[in-house]
Amino acid sequence: MSLIEKLKNIDRRIIFLIIGLSVIIPLIVPLNLPISVSPPVQATYDYVESIPEGSTILMAFDYDPGTMPELYPMSIAFMRHCFRKNHKIIAVSIWPFGAPLARDAFNQVGEGEYGKVYGIDFVNLGFVPGDVVAIKALARSFREISPKDVDNKPIESFPIMQGIDNFDNIDFVFELSAGFPGIPEWVMIVYGRHKKPMASGCTAVSYPQYSPYYQSGQLKGLLGGLKAAAEYEVLIGMPEKAVSGMDAQSIAHAVIVFFVIVGNVFYFIDSRKRKKI
Amino acid sequence: MKREIPIIITFVTGILMIIDFFVPHPPFGGLSSLFEIFFTIIFSFATILGILALSKINIEKIYRKRETYGYNIVLLVGLVTMIFCGLVWGIGEKSPFDFLYMNFMMPMQSTMFSLLAFFVASASYRAFRARTPEATLLLIAAFFVMLGRVPLGYQMTKWVPEVFPSWLHFLQLPIIANWIMDFPNTAGQRAIMIGAALGIASTSLRLVLGIESAHIGKE
Amino acid sequence: MDMTKKVLVVFLSIVTLFLGNSAICQDAEIIPVVDETALQDSNLIEEIPLLPQPPGNIYVTDSPNDGGKSLTIKWEKSPDDGDGLNSVVEYEILRAEDMKGPFESIGSTTAGKHEFIDSTCNRKNTYYFKVVAKTPEKFKAESGISEGISPVAQWFDRTRLSMLIAVIIVVSSIGFFLFRAKKEELYIRKIAGLEAIDEAVGRATEMGRSILYIPGIMDMDDIQTIAGIAILGSIAKKTAQYETGLNVPVSRSVVMTACQEIVKESYTNVGHADAYYPEMVRYLTDDQFGFAAGVDGILLREKPAACFYLGKFYAESLILAETGFSIQAIQIAGTAESSQLPFFVTACDYTLIGEELFAASAYLSQDPKMLGSLKGQDIAKAIIIFFITFGIILESFGIHWLSNWL
Repeated sequence: MSLIEKLKNIDRRIIFLIIGLSVIIPLIVPLNLPISVSPPVQATYDYVESIPEGSTILMAFDYDPGTMPELYPMSIAFMRHCFRKNHKIIAVSIWPFGAPLARDAFNQVGEGEYGKVYGIDFVNLGFVPGDVVAIKALARSFREISPKDVDNKPIESFPIMQGIDNFDNIDFVFELSAGFPGIPEWVMIVYGRHKKPMASGCTAVSYPQYSPYYQSGQLKGLLGGLKAAAEYEVLIGMPEKAVSGMDAQSIAHAVIVFFVIVGNVFYFIDSRKRKKI
Repeated sequence: MKREIPIIITFVTGILMIIDFFVPHPPFGGLSSLFEIFFTIIFSFATILGILALSKINIEKIYRKRETYGYNIVLLVGLVTMIFCGLVWGIGEKSPFDFLYMNFMMPMQSTMFSLLAFFVASASYRAFRARTPEATLLLIAAFFVMLGRVPLGYQMTKWVPEVFPSWLHFLQLPIIANWIMDFPNTAGQRAIMIGAALGIASTSLRLVLGIESAHIGKE
Repeated sequence: MDMTKKVLVVFLSIVTLFLGNSAICQDAEIIPVVDETALQDSNLIEEIPLLPQPPGNIYVTDSPNDGGKSLTIKWEKSPDDGDGLNSVVEYEILRAEDMKGPFESIGSTTAGKHEFIDSTCNRKNTYYFKVVAKTPEKFKAESGISEGISPVAQWFDRTRLSMLIAVIIVVSSIGFFLFRAKKEELYIRKIAGLEAIDEAVGRATEMGRSILYIPGIMDMDDIQTIAGIAILGSIAKKTAQYETGLNVPVSRSVVMTACQEIVKESYTNVGHADAYYPEMVRYLTDDQFGFAAGVDGILLREKPAACFYLGKFYAESLILAETGFSIQAIQIAGTAESSQLPFFVTACDYTLIGEELFAASAYLSQDPKMLGSLKGQDIAKAIIIFFITFGIILESFGIHWLSNWL
């Protein structure tokens, strides 16, 4: 078998190894590549800046540990921005594993960094079962479908929930989506039925699918993947995990581009040989 | 009547839900919320059904000592442990359930998701070939987007505004990548969405009218 | 009293009268004589609370396009909201069912806003509202009481008029060809993925290996799952006829029962009821990546010759497809999830894109009514394309009535 044939049919595990190294090495030896901010991320930031201080924001944690590397840094950066503006945050999860992730984010940012008080500045309503049905029920009445918070305390007892009965009393919705139910379902109800402003964060692979919602104005902003999380960290002036992950992502992308080029070179060499034959 | 009853229920429910969407006046306006409550309850009970079916299959494999029955034992032990911990100590912070979830489930889920990175690389190397002019165009767009959406792309072309006149400033990878995402990609996505939505509407109409009934076993 | 004294009294009276009404007297403040030392030791002078000015012109209207549970309360902002003393931070809304009260709080909104929607009303009651402006020190100023009003339920949500027209157009188009299909034969173009089903089943039979079928990872309420299950029926008939093994791992319990029913029915219809067993369809887990891991295990252990992925998939699509490729199975996929289509196209031999998945049931059954619905769907698409083009032209000339109406 010629060298070209061998390289064409290379064991996938060698490719896996190269990708693994291209991710690990930049994490150990950072390149500190500069980050430019894209318009959808800037739009999200600008909108949160523009709403009056002390507004009530609904954050939906609709993701699970699988997509945590992309969406958790996004949630942290957004939460920091909100708490800096003294906005109040109500967290809810339509995905079962989103509630603990919301709690971790609040523990790190809310209480840890900004000294916010649970029940006054933020509350975690926990997991609400029922997918789209749950979103519609929340839109009608929080108390009807989620009368207690994640720790089983009645939400009536929290000052933050005074006067907050449904989506009509919310000033802004930010949804972190990793699949279904996700952005289309929330847009349908939040924007479609209640005409409330909302923005979303999603995984990078889903970004092309949801960008029409941002283009049409149904979303005020859209954060797609770890890059968008890094951009948001830059905007709030607190670069952290997302920014540090950008070097690894850059090199990994470059390696994949290299693989595609090499694969096509072998393909063309092979095609020419066959034509000659 | 075994097949006719589901079709009748589908028809009546479908028509009522459509009316509920347009007519807010009671009794129609409250129907969807009522059905939603039904669905939430059924959805919750269906989980029990799945657990029972799963347990049955795995117990049978262990009993008959089928090949790799050790994995079936692991599955059942994990299932019973999580249910027990959740029922006895709850699922709150610092509970055993929470510990198992944060230290077992989360790393495993993240690991499975991270496989995508490796599989994308191997699939790219194997399958992305410029066989036709359209495929070549697709590859070129892919290069721009892959590099433009990471800081490396910005670094590679940040010198462009300093060297070229203003009307050529678009020749920066992030700008080209955003343009591809905002226009050709969005147009294609919308077209697929519209087509899929029409397919859903057509299939839904067939379901409501009882024409499509393969899912309930009718020929 | 002699004259001199009288004049003096009159003169003094006039002077006193003058001084009493003079501007100097009126503006003079009575300044208490205070011991400054005492001032340092105690707060003898108390601050007079500066109350905010109340909001004005409260008026309440029925919220439109609802079921009679909502009222919209509007008011003019307090002059001290963003202006004047700039002390108002919150408006509290009070409601009562009698003008005389008692009023109870139903919610609040931040300063700067002048509207609140009360969605907890009952059509049978009459409601009265007050709005209270509040400062951070909890000083309040109440507005007047609004007129009594009861919410009204509407029979039609006018914001959905455009949607109703669209539904009528689409349904009419599909319905017309659905019933017309009985009269004429309709041409449907070949769909490569569906034509390859026979090839895939035949390959599995020749190799003596099984077929793996996954109807997506979502529940029965998703149309893509129903489409996937409908195709499963057709494939189950073929596997029953050729006595090929069939393996259907599913991610939802209700889907499991539906698939078991379909497969059993298919096997019975072709006279092979005895070849069916319930474990052909097995529930793995609701968890997305747990399911992907389970299916990968099945693929690597059992090595099916043909894999079908027909339904709704998310990130696990490439994991499944790449693993299927690694065992050299022939793979046919179909989904309407546009974000997963590139992965399936890359890793699978055939892919049904978007609406081809929904057309599959009609295509395989060749039922005239279902084929007719496909034609109606195409006509509806042509109408939509016309409106998109028309809308682009209007928007390009700055005419926005169509986009505003939609």
